[in-house]
Formats: sequence, C-alpha cells, structure tokens
Amino acid sequence: MADMPTLSRRTFVFASVAAAGGVAFGQYARAQQAPASAAATNPLTADLGPNSVTFNPWVEISPQKITLIAQHADKGQGVGSIQPLMIAEELDLEPNQFEIRFAGPSPAYFNTGFSHELAPFMAPDRSPEAEKARAAALEWLRKAGLQMTGGSSAIPDTFDKLRMAGAVARETLKATAARRTGIAAADLRTEAGNVILPNGTKIPYVALAADAAKITPVAVTKLREPSQWRFIGKPMERLDIRSKVTGEMKFGIDRKMDGMVYAAVQLNPNKGQPIVSFDASKAQSMPGVRKILKISNGIAVIATNSWYAMQAAERVDCVWAPSKYPAEQAEHWKVAASSFVPQFLGKEWRNDGDVDAGLKEGTLIEAEYRAPYVGHQPLEPLNGIGIVTDKGMEIWVGHQTPQSVQAIAATAIGLKPEQVTFHNEWMGGSFGHRLEFENVRVLAEIVNQMRGIPVKLIFSREEDFRQDIPRQIAMGKYRGSVKDGRIVAADFQVAATAPFKELLARMGTPTKDPDGQLAVGIWNLYYDIPNYRAKSFEIQGLSPSTTWRSVGASANGFFTESFIDELIHAAGLDPLRARIEMCKIPIYRKVLETVGKMADWKGPLGRGKGRGVAFVESFGTAVAEIVEVSMTDAGIKIDKVWVAADVGTVVDPVNFENLVQGGVVWGLGHAMNCELTYAKGGVQQTNYHHHEGMRMYQCPVIEVRGLENDYTVRGIGEPPVPPAAPALANAIFAATGKRIREMPFNKFIDFV
Amino acid sequence: MFELTVNGTKHQVDVVPEMPLLWVLRDELGITSPKYGCGIAQCGACTVQIDGAAVRSCQARMADVAGKAITTLEAVGNGKLHPVQEAWIEHQVPQCGYCQAGQIIQAIALLKTIPKPSDKDIDVVMSGNLCRCGTYERIRGAIHAAAEKMGGK
Repeated sequence: MADMPTLSRRTFVFASVAAAGGVAFGQYARAQQAPASAAATNPLTADLGPNSVTFNPWVEISPQKITLIAQHADKGQGVGSIQPLMIAEELDLEPNQFEIRFAGPSPAYFNTGFSHELAPFMAPDRSPEAEKARAAALEWLRKAGLQMTGGSSAIPDTFDKLRMAGAVARETLKATAARRTGIAAADLRTEAGNVILPNGTKIPYVALAADAAKITPVAVTKLREPSQWRFIGKPMERLDIRSKVTGEMKFGIDRKMDGMVYAAVQLNPNKGQPIVSFDASKAQSMPGVRKILKISNGIAVIATNSWYAMQAAERVDCVWAPSKYPAEQAEHWKVAASSFVPQFLGKEWRNDGDVDAGLKEGTLIEAEYRAPYVGHQPLEPLNGIGIVTDKGMEIWVGHQTPQSVQAIAATAIGLKPEQVTFHNEWMGGSFGHRLEFENVRVLAEIVNQMRGIPVKLIFSREEDFRQDIPRQIAMGKYRGSVKDGRIVAADFQVAATAPFKELLARMGTPTKDPDGQLAVGIWNLYYDIPNYRAKSFEIQGLSPSTTWRSVGASANGFFTESFIDELIHAAGLDPLRARIEMCKIPIYRKVLETVGKMADWKGPLGRGKGRGVAFVESFGTAVAEIVEVSMTDAGIKIDKVWVAADVGTVVDPVNFENLVQGGVVWGLGHAMNCELTYAKGGVQQTNYHHHEGMRMYQCPVIEVRGLENDYTVRGIGEPPVPPAAPALANAIFAATGKRIREMPFNKFIDFV
Repeated sequence: MFELTVNGTKHQVDVVPEMPLLWVLRDELGITSPKYGCGIAQCGACTVQIDGAAVRSCQARMADVAGKAITTLEAVGNGKLHPVQEAWIEHQVPQCGYCQAGQIIQAIALLKTIPKPSDKDIDVVMSGNLCRCGTYERIRGAIHAAAEKMGGK
C-alpha cells in the first residue's frame, strides 16, 4: 500500500521457515513428511459410533445427539461457546441442541489464524505481495498441522471454517433427506435441528445420521450473508455462563476418577535445574501420605487428599542444584543493560531515512525504560490427571497445544507421542501459563511411578508462583529528536529475553530466527517519522521467559507509546491530535479519533486531573485507549478508561466488551502493582499478596467500542493489554508532571 | 470422625481436625464449586456460607466447623437461581469463571448487610475476591441489578 513504510518486512520466527518449507521446525518438519492429506483426514472418523456421521472435524451426529467440536481451548476467553455457535449459525441449531467437546490432537485442527502473523508484512498491508506471503504461510501451516490456541487467533482461524463446517453438514443432511423423501434438496429447508419438508414435516438431524454417513459431503461455495445471521454480531449468552454461575462447571481441577490419589510437589525453585538429594523423614509419617517419589527436578507426595499432599510436600527437605542464571535480581538488570551490543542483535526491523543525521537536528530526547518479569498466575493453579498403563499414558489437562502435551509427556517417560492420549479441560485462566509444560512433564514422571493408578496433581499456589515461567524482562533505550513542532527522528532499541523463541524450543521446535515478538510495538509503528530505526536485542543467560498475555507488545508497547508521548510533549503538541495527524493508516486514525470522541478529549484537564492516550496494534488488531486519573490524598486514582478497537467484525459483542475490559484490567493492574524478582535463584513472590494484579477497589469504569473497518476479522484477547500501561503512565504525567519509565509504577508513585 | 451438614445433607468425614473445610468439601465430598486459588485467604475463590455467613473455607478448620450448616454455590438458590445468580447471568459476568462462586457468595453476603450498596460499598466488600480475568465492572453492575431485583431488602 502506498502509505506504508518501504522497509516494512519483518522476519517472524515462522517467516523464513514458511518460505523454506518448514526445515527449521523439528517436530513439524516431521509432520510435513506425513502424507500431505494429513490435515484433510477427519480425526472424528476413528471413534465414530454405529449409525453415526461426521461431515468434517467439527461436526458429529449420532442417532442420539449432535456433538460440535471446539478446536481452540477455552481458558475463559469464551471460545468454548462461540466456536460451536459459529457452526450452529449455518447448521441451524439452537444453543441447547448440541454437546460441546474439545478437540483431541490432530493436524486437521491446524491453526490457519497464524498465517497473517507469519507473513513478514504489516497487518494493514493488502498488497499482492503481502497476500501472496500470507497464502504461502497458510499452506505451510496446513502441512505442518500445528494445533495451537494463542496469539489472539481463535476467531481469525475459525470464523470462515466453522461456518463452512456447519454449512456442509446442513447441505449434506438436506441431500440425505432428499434421497429419503424423493423431494428435491432445493425444496427443503432447515431449522432448529430438523430438515423441514414442504408440507411442514420435520425430520430431526439425528434421524438422518445413519443415511448421511453413506453419501459424500456436499460441497458448499457460499456462506450466509451477515443480514441472515442469528447469532454472530448479536448479543448472546455464552454457553458456559450458567454452569459457571451455578457451580456446575467442572474445570480440570474438579475432575475425579475412581481409585484416584492426589499428588503435590516441591520442585527446584532454580528453574530448569534438578534435585540433588532429599530427606523425607518428617513428611513420611504425616496424615494421609501414601508415598514420596523422586522426580527429575524435585519430589512428589502421593496422598489421599490434596491438602495432605501439599502439607507433606512442604516438609520434605530438598537439596537443589543451583541456578544457571544469576541468583539475584540486580544481576539480571545488569545483564539486560549490557545486552545492547551487536553479538546479541536479534534484528534491525526498521531503518527509514537517515536516523543518525536526523538525531542531530533539533532537540535530542533520550530515555531508558524497563519492564520486569511478571507472573501469569491464573486463579486455577496448574494441575492435571494422568494414568500410565501398558498401553501408554492418558492425560486430562487444560492446555493450548495438544500435540506438544503428547510430545512432552511421552519424552519424559520414554513413550512415543501417539501413545499419549490427551483430553482437554475447561481452564480457569491461562494468560500464557497453559502454553507451558511444567505440570505435564511432572505429572508424567509421577504417574509413570504409580502405574495403573490415576493421580491428580495440583500445584500449590506457592509452587505455581515458583515454577511460573514469567513474561520477558525488557529494557528500552530510546532516542528521538524534535524540531519545529514535529518529530524528526527516532531510534528505538529493545533488549529482552526471547519469550516466543524460548517457548518454541521447549516445544521441541527450536529456531535460530530472531524472536518476532520482540518486534511488536517497534516494527509496526504507523507514525509518520521520516527517520526511524528499530532494533531488538535478545538477552542471553537469564531466567527462562514465555508468552504472557500480549507477549512482546506488553513491554514494547509501554516503552514506545510512553516515549512517543515524551517526544510529542517536547514538540509542544497535543498527545491525541499529534498521534492522529502522524498516523499513516486511515482506519487506525479512525480508532484514535473514535477514542477521542468517546472521551470528549479537549486537551489538558488541570486541577490535579490528567489524561493519557496510547495506541498499539498487536496481532493485527489496532487498539487506542485513553486513561483519566486524578490526584487524591490517598494517591493516584484511575477514574475512567475509554477503549476503541477495530476487529473487522465483532462476532460476540457482549463477550467482546468483557474481554476488552479484562484486558485493560490486566494491563493496568500488572503495570501498577506487579513484578517477579529473583533472590537465591528463586522468585520471591509466592502468593497473591505479593503479586495481586488489580483488585476491585482500583478498577475504573471502562467504556468500550468495537469498530468494524478492518478488512478481515481480528482477535481481541490480547490487543487491549499493550496500550493500557502507557496510557496510564501518560495520564500520570499529565496530572503530576512525573514521567514513570519503569513497571511496576507503584515503586514510583502511590495509587489509591 | 466429624459430622457436618452441607447443602442440607449430613456427612461424616474422617480427616484430621486441622484440615480446612475447603479440602473436605472438594476432595472428601466431591463438592467442587468452592475453588482452591491461594490457600491463604488472599483470593476468595473458596468462599462458602457457614451458618449463613460468608467464610473463606481454606481458613476454616474442620474441628471448628463440625456440626455447622454449610451452604455452597450449588445450593444458594434453594433449588432455583438466587437473584444474584440471575443478575450474574444477565450481566454475563464470568470469563474463566473460576473465582465466580466466591464472588457470588460474597455478593450475597454484601446484599444481606447493605441491601442497596454504593460503588464504594461494593469496592470495600468485594476487594478481597480476586478476579484475574478482570470482570470487576460487570460484578459491580450485577450487584446493583441484584439489589434492584431483591427490592433493597
């Protein structure tokens, strides 16, 4: 597109891989050698009962019931509800007419939604070159068969394919009824789980299942128009709401099996390091204790109740191998500060104009920013149930990458991945935690020593904190110059541990490509700055880190949008108007204009009040936020937040609002109150009083508007997070004149 | 052996006197709406009613609650939805839902003492219940709606 920066290419971790045909992706490279039809094979066929039919990997109908498969895992974001409803939209089912089952591992559930993120073009770029790269990425994903929930991709992945799955099932049921009745399919219609004949006679879908299995699924070329939608875009009740309000919902931690015993663990707080020795004499005789086991990085107590297990696990004295990363937090920051050197360069993502010359013009502004390690700590602690028999291992655990669960569990106990049977569970939050494997590996090791007995493992909250692989630690060294009321040059350098690259390595698919997540927030900058350079450096030798809701943008968005605010201030401009004028993408400008209108932005408020604005595009979704604060005797109070986000199509509007509000609370709460720090090799924060995110009393009113100007449907789980912290920091500056450049902000200013 | 009444049903449990009620309910009796979140009264996910009062069940020792009447979310509506639950559904409060049993029971307790709470009252009483998904605004809205339904009584 004409107004895109010319040097707009990024090499996301997948990008070169996609071009080269998957060579860098160990596990998935193997998948590629499988028949190319693997992704086209329907995994539901294998376990189909008698007289039943499956039209595709998402729809199964038996004579008794209709089952819709939720491909993406539900960790609270609502996809356990909207996925089946998108099928039901075309299949003409009412919400109470089907059961929902989470998908098992299969390449048929490969995530098409990553194709945009993998192609090295910015989100708004619709050039033929960009579209071609996205198509190539999609083909690579099909061959790789990567099934993953994450990256705010669930809706982009499924919006077309689940409606198509429903439409194919509907048309095939109509064709079946046509055969049976001799009436042309064109004269049949469908409603509420029935095919309806011209005379009004209803044939339930379940009564057609056996015959439908005998015909080839009917090809469908056209989906219903938005004007025909019954669910999509309309306020609807999430299908999981009632069971969560009545207490009937069973999360993974609630499942029970006959003969089940409970396990709790004490693991080496020096992450990734083994246990040296232990003394269990105090724990052995404690009530309820059945057994104490050694596992590779700690001990497990088997007991008749999870409380007995946790009590005893704490009483085992363990000797740990020391950490491989610095034991003390101050050292982590020193390592971070020394990483802005060529040997740690991830990539130079942008180099527009002549930055060095531009920086010599006008007034030079320099600042250093910091983002600490942060925990995920969803309220449901890590857990899982497993059993090992001669046939292999069966595991029940809420997880975002089913195939990796199989691989990790199998590797831990010497099985083949296909010998591990995986069942997904409803999750009590994740925020990135359920992409990691600590509970999976530990559970495999435990049940392998308890063969034939089902074991439920629950991490104590303290153990969960200690083993939580945190958000990346990051520093920003930012420079810029302003002259004659405009930004002339900007030079943004970020050094951080590489969260996504490390996750891929732990999944068994290491890559040498730079971590594309560290580019988000510095590469995809849409302001008209004539001389602009952006580089990432990848810090080595610190704590492992991983994806934390919004990943790279959670730190980079804070750095960039705070520093842009500094430059705008130095140029003597209005923070919102300057952003709107500098923004080169028309639909993104509308996002900023919309949030300004919502807040009735008119410039400085005075009298101890201040407003800040920030804009970040992440995962293709543009989000602008305005935060208003006031100074009170008890500290800074956040009065209100306004959010505008463009997702192309708002699919589930009530849930959309809820997710945006939650994303803002997540972004603000952690920016204000949370960090994880290391001492003696372990994290010092071990429960919520050390790391509480946000509680009710700090929560502002959050007004949300969804825009639908983008050309394709986008996700909303993560994108509301990155603008929250900089909008708050900018508001605090407007109210107090104090510029906060490091999270958590409560180290520098008091909040109510 | 201890005896306790949960949701109107009498149970005998054979546990140590120090075992907190939460683990008796979950692991011994299979009543799973009270959730384990923190174990130290920092999150409120385990909140139940003991003789009508909202209590963190992770802190209530079996020896101290034996013989008392326990009510969990499963039974707060006496066989139908409690007005607070209705409001929770209408406002579509939950995301992951893990904290919501505790939130609802705490909200019922709030409305018992303050039938028409202000936002400030809600903040004061509800801030002990952590929601990592950030559904606080909807909780506020649902509590006001429930107060309305219950006629400020």
